[in-house]
Amino acid sequence: MTGTLTTTQMIFGRLTWDAFPWHEPVVVATFIGVVLGSAALVAALTYFKLWGYLWKEWFTSVDHKKIGIMYMVLGLIMFLRGFADAIMMRLQQAWAFNGSEGYLNAHHYDQIFTAHGVIMIFFVAMPFITGLMNYIVPLQIGARDVSFPFLNNFSFWMTTGGAILVMISLFVGEFAQTGWLAYPPLSGIAYSPATGVDYYIWALQVAGVGTTLSGINLIATIVKMRAPGMSLMKMPVFTWTSLCANVLIVASFPILTATLVLLSLDRYLGTAFFTNDFGGNPMMYVNLIWIWGHPEVYILILPLFGVFSEVTSTFSGKRLFGYTSMVYATCTIMVLSYLVWLHHFFTMGSGASVNSFFGITTMIISIPTGAKLFNWLFTMYRGKIRFELPMMWTVAFMLTFTVGGMTGVLLAVPPADFVLHNSLFLIAHFHNVIIGGVLFGLFAAINYWWPKAFGYKLNQFWGKVSFWCWNIGFWLAFGPLYVLGLMGVTRRMRVFDDPSLHIWFIIAGIGAAIIAAGIGAMLVQFAVSIWKRDELKVEGDPWDGRTLEWATSSPPPEYNFAFTPVVYDTDTWADMKKNGYQRPLSGYQAIHMPSSTGAGVILAALATLCGFALIWYIWWLAGLSFVGLVAVAIGHTFNYKRDFYIPADVVTRTEEERTRTLAALGA
Amino acid sequence: MSHPLSPNWTRILRWSAPILALPLTACDWVVMNPSGDIAVQQRDLILISTALMLLIVVPVMALVVFFAWRYRSANKAVEKDYDPDWDHSTKLELLIWSAPLLIIICLGALTWVSTHKLDPYRPLDRIDAKTAIDPKVKPLTVEVVALDWKWLFIYPELGIATVNELALPTNVPVRFDITASTVMNSFYIPELAGQIYAMPGMKTQLHAVANKPVAGVGFSANYSGAGFSNMRFGYKALDPAGFDAWVAKVKAGGANLDRNVYLTLAKPSEKAPVAYYSAVDPKLFDAVVNLCPKDGQRCMGELMHINMMGGAGKESARETRGLKYDLPNSHVIEQSDENKGQETAPDAPGAANAVPADHSSHSGADAHAQHR
Repeated sequence: MTGTLTTTQMIFGRLTWDAFPWHEPVVVATFIGVVLGSAALVAALTYFKLWGYLWKEWFTSVDHKKIGIMYMVLGLIMFLRGFADAIMMRLQQAWAFNGSEGYLNAHHYDQIFTAHGVIMIFFVAMPFITGLMNYIVPLQIGARDVSFPFLNNFSFWMTTGGAILVMISLFVGEFAQTGWLAYPPLSGIAYSPATGVDYYIWALQVAGVGTTLSGINLIATIVKMRAPGMSLMKMPVFTWTSLCANVLIVASFPILTATLVLLSLDRYLGTAFFTNDFGGNPMMYVNLIWIWGHPEVYILILPLFGVFSEVTSTFSGKRLFGYTSMVYATCTIMVLSYLVWLHHFFTMGSGASVNSFFGITTMIISIPTGAKLFNWLFTMYRGKIRFELPMMWTVAFMLTFTVGGMTGVLLAVPPADFVLHNSLFLIAHFHNVIIGGVLFGLFAAINYWWPKAFGYKLNQFWGKVSFWCWNIGFWLAFGPLYVLGLMGVTRRMRVFDDPSLHIWFIIAGIGAAIIAAGIGAMLVQFAVSIWKRDELKVEGDPWDGRTLEWATSSPPPEYNFAFTPVVYDTDTWADMKKNGYQRPLSGYQAIHMPSSTGAGVILAALATLCGFALIWYIWWLAGLSFVGLVAVAIGHTFNYKRDFYIPADVVTRTEEERTRTLAALGA
Repeated sequence: MSHPLSPNWTRILRWSAPILALPLTACDWVVMNPSGDIAVQQRDLILISTALMLLIVVPVMALVVFFAWRYRSANKAVEKDYDPDWDHSTKLELLIWSAPLLIIICLGALTWVSTHKLDPYRPLDRIDAKTAIDPKVKPLTVEVVALDWKWLFIYPELGIATVNELALPTNVPVRFDITASTVMNSFYIPELAGQIYAMPGMKTQLHAVANKPVAGVGFSANYSGAGFSNMRFGYKALDPAGFDAWVAKVKAGGANLDRNVYLTLAKPSEKAPVAYYSAVDPKLFDAVVNLCPKDGQRCMGELMHINMMGGAGKESARETRGLKYDLPNSHVIEQSDENKGQETAPDAPGAANAVPADHSSHSGADAHAQHR
C-alpha cells in the first residue's frame, strides 16, 4: 500500500460503494430476493415469538442430535445455492455457441464455477456428512452425547461462519475466479488483486477450524464412549467408516490450513512461497493442496460406504456379508488415500517412474473398493430385500458408482490421463462418483434415518419421483460430458466455436433441468411428510433395524438411552430382539448431561467478523474482533455451569410415555 | 416417394435428426480418432484399459441387478433360500479380493510400461506403428510460450516465430520445449499428443509426431484467467512441401520478434490474431524461462549459479533489484485504441517499432477458417 490513508480507508479498508455489484442485474435481482426473503423470515420468527425458542433450544444447544440436524439444514441451504450455480453454468455453456457470448461475462462465469466447486465440497458435502455422523454415531455406540459437546456446537457455528462469508461474497465484493483449489500464481496478489481469493481463504480457514475440531471430537467419542461390550470389531460399520473418515480429517485438514496460511502470507505480507519471483514455487502449492485434497475425497465417501452397508444389511434382512473384510477394506482405503495425490497432476511433468507409482497406488485403491461392492452384493444374496427408498438409492449407487470408479481407474493410467486431464471427461468422472456415491448415499441416509430423527417416515411417492428424476437426470447431464471429453473439450470454458458440440451441451442442460425437478420433488417430499406426519408416524424401529440407534424411541429422548445398553454382537439390536430383549420399566436414575451455552455462537461470529475485516483490510476491526475472540474463549473457561442432571422422575415420565405409545401401537 | 410421411412425422424427424445422427458422429471424436502417433497410442491405451476393466465391471453390474431382482421380498420362489445369519465364506472372500487384484496386476503392468514408453520427455523411437525413426532425421524443435491469453511458437532452427498458429511437417519427430509467461496453462493438441503443463519459470517437454496432413486446434487445458476460453490456436500438419511453403510465407513477413516486441506481445489480450515473425531473438525463450525477458531483470539461472557457488557476499542480502517479476494487476487488459490486428499499447516502450507482420494476407479469420 502506498501513500497516506484517508479516514475512510482507515475505517472501511478497501470496502467502498463500488464493491457492491450494482451494475450486475442478475446479482441485484438475487440480492433483492434474498433481502425480501430474509426480512419475511425475520418478521415471521418475531411474529411467532420463535427467537427465544431457536436460541435456547437450537443455536446454543450442545445436543449432538440437534447439532446434527442443524448441519443437515446448513448443507441443504448451501446445496440449493451450489445447484443454482450449476444450472447457471449449464445454461451458459448451452447458450454460448455460434459467436454468442452467452449471458455471463468471464468475470461472473469464472466466479460461478469456482463458487460451485467450493460450496459443493466444503459447505454441502462436508456439513451433510458431519451432520450425519454427529446424529448417528453416538446413538450407534450407545452414548448420550459426543465427548466434547460444547466443542461440537462451536464446530458447527465455525462451519456456518465460513458458509456465511461465501454467501456475503455474492453481494459485497466478489468471489475468487481461480477454480475451486485456487492454484497460484493465478491466485496470487499480482494476478488476483481483488477480494475474491481472500473470501476463499478466510471462508475455508474459518470453516476448517470447525471441521478439524469436529473430527477430533468424533474420534474421541468413538474411541472412548462405546457402550460396554462393544469392542472395535463389534462396532457398526457406519461407525467404523466414520472413525476412518475422521482420522483422515484430523490428519489432512491441518495441511489445508497450513497451505492456505502460506498463500495468505504471500497475499498479505509479500512473502514468496508460491510466487514466480524470489524463488517461489507454485508447484509446491499444487502438491500440498492435493495432499489434503485426495484424502478429502475419501472423507466424503467413506461414511457413505458405511450408510450403504447398514442399509443393505437392514433391507436384505441379513447380517452384513464379510464384516471383517469390510473393516479392513475401509482401513486400507484410509491409508492408501495418502499415497495417490499426484494423480491429480500427472501432466505437471514428473518422471515416468513417479507417475506410474502414483497411477498404480491409485489403482490399488480400487481393490478394497471392489471388495466392498462384492460384500454388498453377497449381503443381498439369499436375502429378503425390501425395496424401500433407502434400498433403491443403494442399488442405484452400486450401478452408478461402478461406472464412475471405472472411469476413475482409467484416469489413473498416466498416458490416458494426458489426453483426458482437465477435460469434461474428468468432470463427468468425479460427478459420477460424488453424485452417484456421496449424494445418493446421503439420500439413502436421509430416507433411512429421518424416521429416527423425527418419528415419522418420509412420503414414498415424492421420494420415488425424486429418485427417478435424479437417476435419469444424472445420466442425461453427465453422459454428454463423457462424450465431450472424448471430443477434446476442456473444463471451465465459457464460449465455444465448434457447432458440432452444441447438441451435447443442450442434452446436458436438459439433464440438469431434470435433476432440478428431482431436487424440487425432494423438497415437496419433505413438505408433504411434515404436513402428513401423523399418518406417517412410526415408533422406535420402523425398518426392523439391526444397530443400537433403533433400540431407543424415535425421536430419541434428550439422553438417548435411559440405561446404557450392553453389547454382545455386531448387529446389537438384531441380537437383542432375537434373544427376547425386554425394555426395563423401572429403576430409572437421574442422568448427567451437558448444559447449553451461547459461547460457540459468539466465538464463531467473532471469527467470521475477523475474517471479513481481513478480507477488506479493515485492520482495526480485525484486531478488535481477534482480541474479542481470545477474550471470550478465556472467559468461557470460567463458566462452571457446564452440566446438569435430568431428574429421575423426568426420565421416568418420558419412559412411561413411551411405554404407553408402544402399547397403543400394539408392539 | 411411395409412402410420404405425414407432416407430423417429418417434423419429428427433423427435430430428432441431430440425436439420431449422434452415433454416426462418433468417428469425429478427436480423442478417439487422432492423427498423431502418440495420441493414437494413448487412444489405444484407453480402449485396452477400458476393456480390461469391463471384464469385471460388467459381471458385477449384472449381478447387482440379478441379485436385487431375484432376492426381492416379493419373490416367494427363493424364500426357502433366505438365510439371515449367513455372513461369511472364505472361498468367496478370496474371490472378491483376488478378482480385482488380478485385473489391477494386469493394468498396473500396462501402466508401468506405457507410462515409460509414452513419457512426454522421452525422445521418439518410431514415426508410426510400422516405421522406425531414421537416425539421420533430427527432431524439429518448437519452443512454446503460453502468454496471457495466446500462444507463442518459436522455431529456433528456422529462426521464425508465430502467434496462435502452429504448423508441423508430417512424419518428422518434434520436440516441444514449453513454458509460460505468468500463470499455469496446459499445452494440448488433441490431434497430436497428450497435454503437459506450461508453467512460468519452468520448462516442460513433449515429444510428438504428426502422421497425416490435418487442420485442427490446440488450446490451453488449464484455466488461466479471464481470457482462457479464447486461448486457442490453429494447428496444421502439412506435408513437407506444404511446410516449406508455410515457412517461406512466415519468412516473407519481415517482422522481428525482439525483446521489446515480446514484452508488448506478452501483455494480456484476448482473441489475438495470428502473427508471423521472420526473425527471433535466439535467446528469447531462455530469457522467458529464466524470468528475465526485460532489461534489468536478473535471470534465475544466473542466481542459482551464484547460490550454487556459495552465494554472493552479505551485502547482497538486501539487493533485490531485478528480482521482481510478478507485477501488480498483471492480468488487466490495457484499454487502448489498438490498431486492428495487433495488440500494441501505444505507451509501451518500443511500441513504435514493434509492428508485427502484415496481417492482411493471412488474417486470423483466414487461418482459423480451416480448423474443424
